[in-house]
Amino acid sequence: MPLRKQAFNPLLACLAAVTVLFFVFPLAGLIGGAPWGRIGAVITTRTSLDALRLSIIASLASTALALCFGFPLAWLLARGRFPGKGLVRGLTTLPMVLPPVVGGIALLLAYGRRGFIGEPLDNATGITLPFTLPGVIVAESFVAMPFFVITVESGLRAVNQKLEDAARSLGAGRWTVFRRVTLPLVWPSLAAGTVLTWARALGEFGATITFAGNLPGVTQTMPLAIYISQSSDRTDEAIALSLILVVVSLVVMVFRRDRSGPG
Amino acid sequence: MQLRLSRLDLDMALTVAAGEVVALLGPNASGKSTTLRGLMGLQPLAGGRVTLDGAVLEDPARRIRVAPDKRPISLMFQDYLLFPHLSALENVAFGLRCKGTGKKTAHEKAARALATLGVDAVAESRPESMSGGQQQRVAMARALVTDPKLLLLDEPLAALDASTKTGIRRLLRDALHQSRAANVLVTHDLLDAVALGDRMIIIENGQVVQTGTPAEVTARPRSDYVADLVGVNLLRGTAHGTHLELDGGGQLICQGPASGRALAVIAPARVSVHRKRPDTEGSNIWKGKIDAVDLMGDRVRVHVEGTPVITAEVLPAAVDELKLDDGGELWASVSPDAITVYPP
Repeated sequence: MPLRKQAFNPLLACLAAVTVLFFVFPLAGLIGGAPWGRIGAVITTRTSLDALRLSIIASLASTALALCFGFPLAWLLARGRFPGKGLVRGLTTLPMVLPPVVGGIALLLAYGRRGFIGEPLDNATGITLPFTLPGVIVAESFVAMPFFVITVESGLRAVNQKLEDAARSLGAGRWTVFRRVTLPLVWPSLAAGTVLTWARALGEFGATITFAGNLPGVTQTMPLAIYISQSSDRTDEAIALSLILVVVSLVVMVFRRDRSGPG
Repeated sequence: MQLRLSRLDLDMALTVAAGEVVALLGPNASGKSTTLRGLMGLQPLAGGRVTLDGAVLEDPARRIRVAPDKRPISLMFQDYLLFPHLSALENVAFGLRCKGTGKKTAHEKAARALATLGVDAVAESRPESMSGGQQQRVAMARALVTDPKLLLLDEPLAALDASTKTGIRRLLRDALHQSRAANVLVTHDLLDAVALGDRMIIIENGQVVQTGTPAEVTARPRSDYVADLVGVNLLRGTAHGTHLELDGGGQLICQGPASGRALAVIAPARVSVHRKRPDTEGSNIWKGKIDAVDLMGDRVRVHVEGTPVITAEVLPAAVDELKLDDGGELWASVSPDAITVYPP
């Protein structure tokens, strides 16, 4: 279908240019301010490498959790018929708009050492979440999983269920229908949701520092390390670590753009 | 096959022999598609029974329900429902693969099925890049290739434009007659039902109102719906010899002696209209008002509001000649031998 060509509009172009520059300047600042000469040394310090390792482990783990637990929820929200569905959707996607710090405090009150789930859990098994790597994963999941649920839910809604009927009529069992029809059709949303969730988990700060603390080598992820460097006047380190996250995020966004929609 | 579905309260008995094409004809929302979904197993029955080739597929009373994928049935959907992420070839091979055929054999068979229907050129294309007619034929190949014992077709030609319809209707007729399946075709198009069906079943509001060969049904419609489709006047009344006392008032002189409740069919072409009372000896003549004038192809249909209400078919020249556009009074005249009377 031929699209109508947008005529050149100076006002529109100027405003768009301002917007682009608004986003480009901070990035340019990061690149310009980076300690290029000794960037290798800065990012291979013990603290930096620990933060990078923890960030990767925790963000991948919470993405895996989103796949395992978020997918069934997304499925039920998209297809299930049960009372209070709207309420369930609202509650499970609330962290998307909740300030992460508030999320961290809420997590402490539930799963903290004195929390109404955390205390019995501690008494029964000796497992505590705050100030541990699992605690980081919980905090990141709390903030990031809703992105997965909401993306996959809308993807599942867009799948024409009559195609699944057609597959059944052609002799496909439920599992085959899922594997050969539903999954390929929902794949773009699934990929987008996964990437979005992972990126959100990677950048998580507020809930993590509130719930899991800031113990270098244990719970100090990249964003936390960057914040600490910055506030203790190790700006070079902060910039260098930031650049790593920028590069990772940029790769993710470019990849996402390629997969979903025209460039 | 008996079928009762709770939501629509569809209640019908339906028996189809192998190689036969039964056309289910009915207005929208009369339960046609639901019948097919019930037979396919996509919608559970509330009662009744589905048997195919001696095997019970569904019998709620005995808690028997064979899953749709385990039924030797194919369903061709009205909107085709080709898998958008698969090529035409993969779409056609899908059913074979599900039934355990190896990939190579499945693809060979699928390619042959596509070639039979003349769409081998699009074998590697995705549905989105095919024309409606191509999609239709790929869907047909997909339904036929698994060699089902029962083939269900839901409005197979409805989504096509008139120019491609004729060719594909012929293709479909050949395909159905070559298959060994029992075929149930759902349509709201009389022409499809007549051209493709060996037998017609008319359903309205989930009830069978008439069955018979296309010739029987079109010659003696039993409901206003069928009469409308066929395009004839259907009148109801009580016969006394050669007199038919009409329900809405008025009476007609008919040819054959009959008695009791009766239906009468009059082809619009056998109704003549006049501005002045005609002096045709022995004809039924009555006066009415012009209600509407419609162009139907190269003929014009005049609806005359009288006792009874009647539709006449005239040549376009008559519109001018009789000044039908002006409305007003019109005399209708029908010869007794133009009226077919039969028991309801």
